[in-house]
Amino acid sequence: MIQVENLVKAFGPKLAVNNISFAVARGEVLGFLGPNGAGKSTTMRMVTGFIPPTSGTIRVGGFDVLETPLPAKRLIGYLPENAPGYADMTVQGFLSFAAELRGLRGAARRSAVDRAVELCFLENVRYQVIDTLSKGYKHRTGLAQSLIHDPDVLIMDEPTDGLDPNQKHEVRNLIKRMGSKKAIVFSTHILEEVEAVCSRVIIIDRGRIVANGTPDELKARAPNSGAAWLRVKGVPAAALTEALSGISSAANTEVLRDDEGTVEIRAYPDKTRAGVSLIRDVAELAAQQKWQLDELRTEEGRLDEVFRAITLPDTVKGH
Amino acid sequence: MNAWSNIKAIVKRELGGYFTSPIAYVFLIIFLLLTGFFTFTVGSFFERGEASLVSFFTWHPWLYLFLVPAVGMRLWSEERRLGTIELLLTMPVTTWQALVGKFLASWLFLALALALTFPVAITVNYLGNPDNGVIFTGYVGSVLLAGAYLAITSMTSAMTRNQVISFIVAVLICLFLILAGYEPVTGLLSRFASARVVDLVAAFSVMTHFEGFQRGVVDLRDIVFFASLMGFALFTTGVIIRSHRAG
Ligand SMILES: Nc1ncnc2c1ncn2[C@@H]1O[C@H](COP(=O)(O)OP(=O)(O)OP(=O)(O)O)[C@@H](O)[C@H]1O
Ligand SMILES: [Mg+2]
Repeated sequence: MIQVENLVKAFGPKLAVNNISFAVARGEVLGFLGPNGAGKSTTMRMVTGFIPPTSGTIRVGGFDVLETPLPAKRLIGYLPENAPGYADMTVQGFLSFAAELRGLRGAARRSAVDRAVELCFLENVRYQVIDTLSKGYKHRTGLAQSLIHDPDVLIMDEPTDGLDPNQKHEVRNLIKRMGSKKAIVFSTHILEEVEAVCSRVIIIDRGRIVANGTPDELKARAPNSGAAWLRVKGVPAAALTEALSGISSAANTEVLRDDEGTVEIRAYPDKTRAGVSLIRDVAELAAQQKWQLDELRTEEGRLDEVFRAITLPDTVKGH
Repeated sequence: MNAWSNIKAIVKRELGGYFTSPIAYVFLIIFLLLTGFFTFTVGSFFERGEASLVSFFTWHPWLYLFLVPAVGMRLWSEERRLGTIELLLTMPVTTWQALVGKFLASWLFLALALALTFPVAITVNYLGNPDNGVIFTGYVGSVLLAGAYLAITSMTSAMTRNQVISFIVAVLICLFLILAGYEPVTGLLSRFASARVVDLVAAFSVMTHFEGFQRGVVDLRDIVFFASLMGFALFTTGVIIRSHRAG
């Protein structure tokens, strides 16, 4: 549904988006991650046709956003950053206006507004003026607006920003549910959100894509992913280290804790040897040596660690 | 057809925006009070002893100088300040439709304000036997004049997200358009420049082109002047909006 190729956006001498390409098919939920100022919002603004790219092509549902903007825009529902809304309108009036611009008339329009109000839990502020809404409700109104025509393509810039935990949960479920029938792109700074709803993640840093894959693939990039973690009582750390290093599937080890006879130790997998099971080898070793094992597990790797590992070097170098 | 329904939706929203705030009513009252004041006091409506609305229309270029920019200053600056411009222009709407819709809404509002001055027309008809054709062309000219000022304000409000700046710049441009053909100024100018230069400068003035309408003369050239002024200012508005988006 969305094809973006070699997208570049320059603001003066500064490249906000630097040669980004990606595609999103129906049934996919793509998460955009990246530090502040990475170019997430700028990319979304170009995909939705708000700002023209310096170079590159964007297709939505087969329509070129630059050459045939109207048919492309009809397919898209968009929640801009900070969920802007007309301050002097009521929620009802605002949604009704959005529906009208989406070409909905009469009964279709009324039922579209009803549906959006229900989906975003706006019933009790329906006739309130947007200016007087709390931040979360204002955000939900923006979200409702983007869903009003049940679009095939949904682009949301930080959809859960400012929502309370319950609403965050509801919105995630909503995105997940809609994800099977639509092509969805959303940006967020909340990493659990990505794991909870995305089928694919793109990490953008300083205008470039620095990682692109499923949440599991990205987690596998963490240094400790696939490592065996064990807690043992009554065996000295040095002996553990030596024994573990002897395993052919282990690369190196790291002692995490060593006090009062309890040792926590991590054995990193030898990533050059595919298909070997480190955890099984460690378990065998432990049985053989009759270690008193408190806990033994394979570490998964965490998205925040991957995020930091990929984007931190740049932040430290400064912009 | 689709274009028209988009424009209609935008006009409806904008007009709704005017009337949900008390500002619209305050504006209408100020407008009516000022027209009354200028017509009957400054314009010495009664002392003239003639059945016409000359003293009413003469003041419109000056009256609109502040009132029209006050109505139009928020047209685009508010949209940019709130960020709703991003919403509006990512809808299946062209920049042109958005621009025309917003302009038409404000123009209709000004036309409504003008229509509410009908008691003045009734009064002259009650007191004497005015030429109602002249009164009608006066109203037509006045609506065109308001439209021209409004298009200029639309342009200045697209330039900045600050309403005050957009107001001031619009007033300055409109003031120039008045002064270029205002008699004391043209008189002064004719002392330094040839008659041809003075005429050329005056040709750009709204005064020159509004004058005929007040006398009941509908000259195609005057209509073309106002129409092209509006067209030009709205076109420039579109260019400014586009250039902001391009960054
Ligand atoms: N209109 C503009 N003019 C000049 N520079 C801009 C403009 N819009 C964005 N930028 C710059 O482009 C870069 C990318 O901004 P963008 O808003 O896309 O970041 P982001 O990834 O959405 O960040 P955040 O997580 O803070 O929302 C930033 O350095 C920003 O300052
Ligand atoms: Mg952003």
